Amino acid sequence: MSTMTDTHDDHDDHDHKPTGITRWLYTTNHKDIGTMYLWFSFTMFLIGGFMAMIIRAELYQPGLQIIDPNFFNQMTTVHGLIMVFGAVMPAFVGLANWLIPMMIGAPDMALPRMNNWSFWILPFAFSILLASLFMEGGGPNFGWTFYAPLSTTYSNDSTAFFIFSVHIMGMSSIMGAINVIVTIFNMRAPGMTFMKMPLFVWTWLITAFLLIAVMPVLAGTVTMMLTDKYFGTSFFDAAGGGDPVMFQHIFWFFGHPEVYIMILPAFGIVSEIIPTFARKRLFGYSSMVYATSSIALLSFIVWAHHMLTTGMPVAAELFFMYATMLISVPTGVKVFNWVATMWKGSMTFETPMLFALAFVILFTIGGFSGLMLAITPADFQYHDTYFVVAHFHYVLVTGAIFSIMAAAYYWLPKWTGHMYDEKLGKTHFWCSLISVNVLFFPMHFVGLAGMPRRIPDYALQFADFNKIISIGGFAFGLSQLIFLAVVIKCIRGGEKATDRVWEGATGLEWEIPSPAPYHTFSTPPEIK
Amino acid sequence: MKVTRSTGWSIPALLATGNVMASDMPLNMVQGVTDISQKTYDLHMNILYICCVIGLVVFGAMFWSIFHHRKSKGAKPATFHESHTVEIIWTAIPFVILIAMAVPATGVLLEIEDNSKSDLTIQVTGSQWKWHYKYFDHDLEYYSVLATPRAQYENYNGIFNSNASKPLPKGENYLSEVDRPLVIPINKKVRFLVTSDDVIHSWWVPDFAVKQDANPGFINEAWAKVNVPGVYRGKCTELCGKDHGYMPIVVIAKTQVEYDKWIAEKVAVQAQAKAEEQKLLGMQMSKDELMALGERTYLASCAACHQPNGQGLPGVFPGLKDSPIALGDVKKHIDVVVNGTKGTAMQGFGKQLGLKELAAVITYERNAWGNNTGDAVQAADVNAVMKGQ
Amino acid sequence: MQQSKQVENSKLVKKLVVIVIGMFGFGFALVPLYDILCEVTGLNGKTNTTAASTENIRQNKSRTVTVEFLAITNKNMPWQFKPVERRIEVYPGEVKLVNFYAMNESGNDLVGQAVPSVSPGRGATYFNKIECFCFNRQPLKAGAETLMPLTFYIDADLPEDINTLTLSYTMYDVTEAVQGESTQLSQTGE
Repeated sequence: MSTMTDTHDDHDDHDHKPTGITRWLYTTNHKDIGTMYLWFSFTMFLIGGFMAMIIRAELYQPGLQIIDPNFFNQMTTVHGLIMVFGAVMPAFVGLANWLIPMMIGAPDMALPRMNNWSFWILPFAFSILLASLFMEGGGPNFGWTFYAPLSTTYSNDSTAFFIFSVHIMGMSSIMGAINVIVTIFNMRAPGMTFMKMPLFVWTWLITAFLLIAVMPVLAGTVTMMLTDKYFGTSFFDAAGGGDPVMFQHIFWFFGHPEVYIMILPAFGIVSEIIPTFARKRLFGYSSMVYATSSIALLSFIVWAHHMLTTGMPVAAELFFMYATMLISVPTGVKVFNWVATMWKGSMTFETPMLFALAFVILFTIGGFSGLMLAITPADFQYHDTYFVVAHFHYVLVTGAIFSIMAAAYYWLPKWTGHMYDEKLGKTHFWCSLISVNVLFFPMHFVGLAGMPRRIPDYALQFADFNKIISIGGFAFGLSQLIFLAVVIKCIRGGEKATDRVWEGATGLEWEIPSPAPYHTFSTPPEIK
Repeated sequence: MKVTRSTGWSIPALLATGNVMASDMPLNMVQGVTDISQKTYDLHMNILYICCVIGLVVFGAMFWSIFHHRKSKGAKPATFHESHTVEIIWTAIPFVILIAMAVPATGVLLEIEDNSKSDLTIQVTGSQWKWHYKYFDHDLEYYSVLATPRAQYENYNGIFNSNASKPLPKGENYLSEVDRPLVIPINKKVRFLVTSDDVIHSWWVPDFAVKQDANPGFINEAWAKVNVPGVYRGKCTELCGKDHGYMPIVVIAKTQVEYDKWIAEKVAVQAQAKAEEQKLLGMQMSKDELMALGERTYLASCAACHQPNGQGLPGVFPGLKDSPIALGDVKKHIDVVVNGTKGTAMQGFGKQLGLKELAAVITYERNAWGNNTGDAVQAADVNAVMKGQ
Repeated sequence: MQQSKQVENSKLVKKLVVIVIGMFGFGFALVPLYDILCEVTGLNGKTNTTAASTENIRQNKSRTVTVEFLAITNKNMPWQFKPVERRIEVYPGEVKLVNFYAMNESGNDLVGQAVPSVSPGRGATYFNKIECFCFNRQPLKAGAETLMPLTFYIDADLPEDINTLTLSYTMYDVTEAVQGESTQLSQTGE
């Protein structure tokens, strides 16, 4: 255990933090930046969620009631972009900022100034993206996957702004990832070997490598799009010797690892929470590390399973089918390990544990539909229907987002120094759990029955189910306001949190006071 | 477990506010009418069952643990946290299961991808937002466009949108009906050569288990051998712009005899239509006639972008009301409608509409919504521009 | 922060930045890589873009292959464009000449570029074009018509299970691209 007061330090600000807006503008403190990331992410979550509400309102019944198809396409596109790049990814970066230094016994992130930058360019990126919705002709309307030539030859004038904002988001992610890697490599406390690191740190390290490997490829893709649209090149235009299908290959070379960027830190979070509330060490720590690494490696050779209907040679279709099926092995190992951790534990069910348990079950359901989608002949029937929509929302909402919620409840007492309102937290959980399943589970049936995705209007046979889905959607959206209330209440006061907070918690972050002081581990702690 | 028969999911309270007739939706993938679609369905069901069994085991263990190993029941935590044997077992078992899944899947896939020895070839071209079918061995080709009237699906209530109009009640095949369906014979291997002339589309008929992307500049192959005569409906399944949701597919499978009869009839009709075109050149249609035909053609072919009120969507599709082209030189106007405008979404309609329709729709655009130019464009005028005069 | 740690950090940052730049370049390198992959495997059914040699063509008269021709005009390409013969039978190694008919139905002089695609894609590598109108841009005056030749042969190594090869041409209007270039290159005459 370490003492918190700095006695011999070349810093002169000690525990005094600057006040007012400049504190947040100029801060290089990992905790401040983490907080900003988390609030930014939550804001984006609400904005992207509002767009989902518009989509569900239009789909509440057949016919065009509220918006026109062009605006509908903008909503689905921007909803996807905001949720992926604005909500999920920044939330994980925020958690990384708060937790990684505390977990490895470092005083701060390795590159604090860059840390400030990587956050502060994000609001600009999303302001540009959102502003493009109000330009003449509207914002991006070609889906978050922006397939050429719809996004090049046939897109509207605001596409340049879309490209610019994607570039900034990419830069922010790359800087964040570099920071994480350098921090984990160079800033670990003495004795904190790699195989002693908490699993959240491990999964983030692997995620960070994925980020620096594929975000530049995304930047390359949008740059090619830019020159195709505005400067007469023809990377994706058949007339000039290009190939629109190549766009999809390059995009998904980024896109598939990107999917794992959004789920690996979630694995880390759940691997922290379940042992705490089962009061038992994580089962198979090292196999968890290897499983995560192999998922990351496999993610580079499965991209074309997103494009099995583009007319690939049968050999390629077989290869990508086998490779994709293979991913279920390490993923299965993780799920089995979590269950084995619970087995013969001594479990209690506070809100973070409830979210973690829901994660395990619902993410596994998403995994099952993923396995079904891997089977190429069946994929010909599933592809681009609501079955796919159900699949990736199970993985991303009840997967990634639920894990972020779990993390927030788990570490809130450490961040604020107060216990959150358990009753309200549980209400939030049960409302979310029920509504999210009313929202996404029927989508499986709708998709199997033949409803394509990204359509503003549908045949009458889908009407009943869409109504149910929409009601689930509104309920899930409203439930998230409870979360906002819990967080605000927790910041403003509540029962004083102990240092350890949870009976079964282990790890360096639980050794320091609650709330965590502005500067921690200025003297490195000793690792047994 | 999912079942094929449809169930009454309608919850009266939820439906109270709706104005639609709920028709029954199947809860599972269609079994379809080809051998391939049946095999795909079987594959789908097998994987689903396997997943359910795995789920039952894993979630069963988890819930057992949740109920029995809880602190409130006085459970004391065990201390084990590693076992190589167990890890190896639960890595190996999934491998075996995967191989069991992959073998039949490979078989079906190889069968699907065997495009050889077809009896009939049809070229399918996706276009914003319609399908074009061309019979390879006959002089027969046509566009297939959504037949549901706009008044059935544009139900804006006037609060959010000024285009408010009284909606028509929705028909049985709402958004799944087309003006000219594709017709194919049963028990023949029909090969589809799929391509696009603008963005990427995807041609999907669930009953055939055929979903093939239409890539501009490239052709893809797919095939179906239909066992049962009937009407089969599908959708475009790749986001292709504004009216992606409004380009359905309808395929009618007929017996060989009926199919042959149909082909002969259609070929004759198209040949006759071409001959009629020549006669049209000498014909003068009255302005009223032109306006009436023009309005129908406009609503079917132009209103998706330029809107029924001719005001377009600002910044996306230009309005025609008071537009320089609709009010300016007639020849230029004809050229734009016939050949399209390069680098924009405006496509050429010269190959999609007859001379009469073209003349009528241009007349309509020049006189509707207060564009009172008074011009009456005749088929001969259109023909002159088409022939480069 | 200690001096040594800062040096270590900046070393690692430099390495990571190199990876980032490398991956950005790799994104672009995927373009030629994809082309090579397509050429080897026929991934997207693209055929050779330069003339194949006429020497040492091996023949195999024991089998015939059906070759089908498709002609498609891209949106906003006001040409009539169709194969003169829709379907022919050849034996592998047979050098064959076929013609495509084109007519410019618009009132403007236009330049077209035909983009070939072969299905099945696996067969594309065995489809050798000795002479093809798709190698060059095709200018056509307003109202003019023309016959465009294609000379090709099928490689004798064509796998036994491929009996039908479909060759499609999609005609694109590239007038603007040509004009853009000719302003720079001055008139070299096409």
